[in-house]
Order: sequence, then structure tokens, then C-alpha cells
Amino acid sequence: MTCGTLANLAVINTSLRGRARRVTPAGLGRFLGRRIGIGLVLMVGITLVAFVLTHLVPGNPAAANLGQRALGDPAIVKAFNHEYGLDKPVVDQYVIYLGKLLHGNLGISEQSHRAVVTDLAEYVPATIELALFAIVISLVLGVGLGILAAVRRGKLVDGVIRVISLLGVSMPTFWVALLAFYLFFFRLGWFPSGGRLGPAVTPPGNITGLYTVDALLHGDWSLFASALDHLVLPGLVLGIYTVGTMVRFTRASVLEVINNDYVRAARVKGLSEWTVIRRHVVRPALLGIATVSGVAFGSLLSGTVLVENIFGWPGIGQYAYNSAINLDLPAIMGVSMVVAFIYIVVNLLVDILYSILDPRIELR
Amino acid sequence: MSTGTLLEVEDLSVRLRTARGIRLAVDHVSFSIGQGEILGIAGESGSGKTITALSLLGLLPGGSRTTGRVVLDGRDLLTLHRRELRSVRGRQVSMVLQDPMTSLHPLLRIEVQMTEHVRTHLAMSKDQARERALEMLAAVRIPDPEQALASHPHQFSGGMRQRIAIAMALACEPRLIIADEPTTALDVTVQAGILSLLDQLRRERGVSVMIITHDLGVLSSISDRLCVMYGGRIVEHGVTREVLGSPRHPYTNGLMQALPGASGTGVPMRPIGGSPPSLDDMPSGCSFHPRCDYAQVSCSSKVPPLRPIGGGRLLACDPDPLAPDRSEPSSSGAATSVPVPDPLAEQVP
Repeated sequence: MTCGTLANLAVINTSLRGRARRVTPAGLGRFLGRRIGIGLVLMVGITLVAFVLTHLVPGNPAAANLGQRALGDPAIVKAFNHEYGLDKPVVDQYVIYLGKLLHGNLGISEQSHRAVVTDLAEYVPATIELALFAIVISLVLGVGLGILAAVRRGKLVDGVIRVISLLGVSMPTFWVALLAFYLFFFRLGWFPSGGRLGPAVTPPGNITGLYTVDALLHGDWSLFASALDHLVLPGLVLGIYTVGTMVRFTRASVLEVINNDYVRAARVKGLSEWTVIRRHVVRPALLGIATVSGVAFGSLLSGTVLVENIFGWPGIGQYAYNSAINLDLPAIMGVSMVVAFIYIVVNLLVDILYSILDPRIELR
Repeated sequence: MSTGTLLEVEDLSVRLRTARGIRLAVDHVSFSIGQGEILGIAGESGSGKTITALSLLGLLPGGSRTTGRVVLDGRDLLTLHRRELRSVRGRQVSMVLQDPMTSLHPLLRIEVQMTEHVRTHLAMSKDQARERALEMLAAVRIPDPEQALASHPHQFSGGMRQRIAIAMALACEPRLIIADEPTTALDVTVQAGILSLLDQLRRERGVSVMIITHDLGVLSSISDRLCVMYGGRIVEHGVTREVLGSPRHPYTNGLMQALPGASGTGVPMRPIGGSPPSLDDMPSGCSFHPRCDYAQVSCSSKVPPLRPIGGGRLLACDPDPLAPDRSEPSSSGAATSVPVPDPLAEQVP
């Protein structure tokens, strides 16, 4: 059998200490090299698409950024356009942009008059923190409830969970955000109104830029409490849609796995139901869940635009929104690149995770 | 061969909940398995043989109801609680499923799959269970068991996987192994190896084996006794050699003739007309009558009882058209069975 010989080769290749693993360091290195190469090409492609799209928008950056009176003065408008290179042909602008990009220069924001890189360094960690919180909540709640619903299929628990997940996916994020804001801040006062920290608290020394993590690294518990307090409400609101998606997807994939022969084989062996579910059912179901979480992370990033604006969370969602309404081209480009970069990295991680979960998959 | 009865199944009936309502899938089936015996259960798909096997261990889907008695070591398995039943599964009675390509977990190393139930049932340490697993893999002649433990199922061929599945079933030294179509998904060349392995295991370890198959050829080589099932009932039962040598039930006969190169008679292979009945559409009377070459009017109204016909054989066919004294030039091995006169065998117009 050919699959037998291939398998043998793979085993000889990898089995040390009796633990066969398909992922060898050399294999992983090759895989990463290839994927990083592809990622770079993708990034360049994205600059082109983003550049073309931002320049196709019928609008005048000068009009958006200059005041009424300055706009009346052709000299100022000309100076503005010259300052940001807008007086050159579009193709030249793109080439110049790429040239600067090679030096890590994303240009100057027309709004903040700071380097876009500086702006991003400030706002990106805030969004990462928010999105990570939301995705962790989604995974824990979504996968947990999804498994529970599948195991209790057709029972009351299943019905309740399905209704919750349906609500999660069908309630618009902006509405949930406003509702949560009204209820938990205005009415109940359980959570602060917005921002990342209380007014009297100074941010922790910058290590990761995620305030909760940095506070823990510094061992500063009151700071951690304040950061977490501010994070919970926007994080939950951001995650609620993904929770719904994850519940539905997890339930479906567990139900798919649970009828497999190998699950019956596990029951035949006299294992407890808990072991059967935990070891034999959940693990294969996680494969699909990994893929969905990658995609879900992307949708979370776009959700940040709404949530950050409503909760005054100083992240790239807010930054992107302000840049867009002001036609701040360098900033828009910068945000696009960052989001694309995050997306590529997350999907790379999902693929690596996949190969860890499924020994049949070889990283290539 | 058998030194005592290990498993006694009496009046086992199974009702399944289907989309169209409750259906009787297994109808008052009785049989027994001796220690170290290989019992064959033969029949087409839908004859109730797999349902019978699953019901023994309480593995039927929810909503099904099992009645009768399944006595193992003086305990009726059907009355056990879930926890007690789990301590029987894999420990006293284990099962080898049909398709080794799907019955082994694709993501778990063989070691995990070979040791998890050993550790549960026998309270062994990880190392002890590992030793046991190595021993069992060697017993089913897996080359390099050490290596096998560290591998995943996809690294093995179908035949090797089925050997591993059998090793897994053996690991807790059960009294009975139920093998549901253990060779059906395998290449013909590999089938013989698996069968002789099962035969060897029962000789060396005294384990009883219940083989479920649609392929009488599989049973002819190794099973001691044989039940032929049709429409959820046993229609013929006896010593394998005798049943296959001179089948008395028209259905058994049909199955024999449907075998390629049937028993070297030179008779061309002949399929049984029609298809097996579905649970939703079970014929009245003898459920085989619509497909039977010898059917009579009475067959469609009266369920023929399973009755002894001598030599320990049982038959559920009232007209009994294949009885040695009335069948056309009697087949070779017929001398072994002596038909008992039976008023029910009288032809009814």
C-alpha cells in the first residue's frame, strides 16, 4: 500500500522518544518561509487595492481637512496638496508611497499631523486587546455552549442555547452596543462609560501595549482591575455576534462528529460519556472551529469600528473611522495594511494550529 | 469445542423508533454462544443482525426498546444500569466494527486508543497499559508494535488497521468479541488473514467470537455454528458445516447460490430476486415469502415458527421444500441432518 510506505517514511522521519509528530522544525521553517513570502506579496497587493480604492473615492482631501477660509485661498490648497504629494500623478504617488513603505514610513496623517506609524503604534494595541478579549470570550462561551447543546440535542438546554445564539447573530452590533451602554452604564452603573482606564489612573509602562497584560506584568493589581473594568463591556458587546456564530458552528460540527464510527468505537470500549465527548468528539470538532475562529477574528476587527466609537475606545476602529470621514489617505492606507497584516497572521496561526490538531495534515 | 455456555440470548426483541413510528427490528431471537466458540450470524443488510449485536451492549440509538434476556455469567445485561453496562463493554464483551478506516480515531495516537479502556477497566498505570498494548499488538502480528503505538491510524493499511482494532478489542481480555462484518471493508487477500487471526485467538485465548456477516463464505471457514437471519428473525440455525452443506431454508439456499463459485458445484451464481424488506414495509407471514421460489399461499399469512428439525438444527419454514426426502437430487452433504416428521410441513393449498 502506497499510503503505508509514505506513512513509514514519515514515522522514520519524526519518531523520537516514540512520539511521532509530522511537524519537524525543518518542515515548519520551510512552511513559515513560504507563507511569509506569500504574505509579503499579499501585502503589496493590498497596498495597490487600498490605494486605488481610496483614490477612486470622489472627494477632496483638502476640502475635508482645511477650514472654510483656507479652502477659499488657492495658494493654501496648493500648498496642502503639495505637502501631501497630492499634486503628482496617481501612479507617481503610489510609487513614492511604496518607496517610503520600504523604509517603514507610512506617511504623515493629514489629521493628527503625526507619522501614521506613531498613530498606529498607539491605537493598534488597544484594538488588539479588545479583539483578543472578545475572541477568548467567544471561544470559551461559544465552544462550551455549542458542545453542551450538541450533547443535549433536542432537550430544553439545546433549545435555550440555540435561541441565545440566534439572538447573538441577529442583533446588530450597534444596537447591542447602545443598549449595553444605556443599561450597564447609564441605568445600572456597573461599568464605566468608556475609555481604557479610569481618570485617575496612569497607563502602565509600555511592554505589550495591552493594558491588562502590562498591568499584570508590572504586578499592579489596581491598575489591572481598572483596565479590566473598562475592557469587559465593549469586549462582550464586540464578542456577542461571534459567540452566536461559534455556538452554531460548534453545535453543528459536534453533531457531525458524534455519529462517526470512531465515536461508537469509543463507547463500545466502555469509556464514560464525558471521556467520549472530551477526547473523541471535541478534538475533531476543534478542527473546523479553528478555521471559523480565524474568520471570526476578521469580522471582530471590522466590528471594532462601531464598538470603539460608541465606547470611546481609542483603537484603530475609531482611528479608521476618523480617517475615513476626513479622507486622511495615509492613515486609511495604514489602517488597511495593519488589518490585512493581522488577518494574514491569524490565518497563518490557524493553519499551524490545524497541523497540530490533525496529524494527517502536513505543513507545506 | 465449547466447554460451557458463555452468553445466552433469549427472546430478544428490539423496537426501533424510525421516522414513521416504532418498528420491530429484531423479533424474538434466541441463541447462545459457548466458551471459545465462534458463532456466525448471517443475513443481508436490514436483517437485524447488527441491531441484535448492538442491543446486547445497550448501544442502540435513543428511543429504542429492547426486551428479552441477554445473560452473561448469570447477569442479565438488559437489566444493568448504565454504569454497570459500561464496565461490561470493552471489558467482558468487546466489539470490532466493520470499517477499520472509520472505526479508529484519526487524530489520536494508537497508544491512546489502545490504552484508554485498559486503564479505565483494569485500573492499570500508564506503563502497565502500554505493556499490555504492546503485547496485544504482537498477538495480532503487527510488525514493530513500539512504532505502531507512536503512530496514527492513517499510517496503516486497512488490514493492519483491522488488526489494531482487534488488538484493541482484546486488550482487556474480554470473554466475547463481537465482530460486525470484520472483513467486509477489506481486500479479499487480507480477509483470510483476519479470519485466521480470529480463529487463532479463540484457540489460544479461549475467547468466544460472534461474527456478523452477509458473506457465508466468511463463516464457512471458521464459525462453529450459524444463525441465518431474515427480516429480524432467525430462519435457520445449526452447525455451520451442516447448514451450509445442506441448507434447508430457501433463504439460506438463496444466499448459498448467490455466492460466487458456490461450493464448487459448478452451478452458476444466482442472485436472490427482489430486495430485503425495509422495517417500514415488512411483509406479512414469513417475511421472505415475496422473494421465495417455493412460496405457497399460506406463507403470506402465517409466521412459521422456528422449530427443531433434528441434529440440533432449527428451521423456520413450514413448507420445508428443501427437506432431503423431497428436494430434487439431494445435495451432497445432506446425510448429516435427519428431518423430523412435522405436521406443519404438510403442504397447504
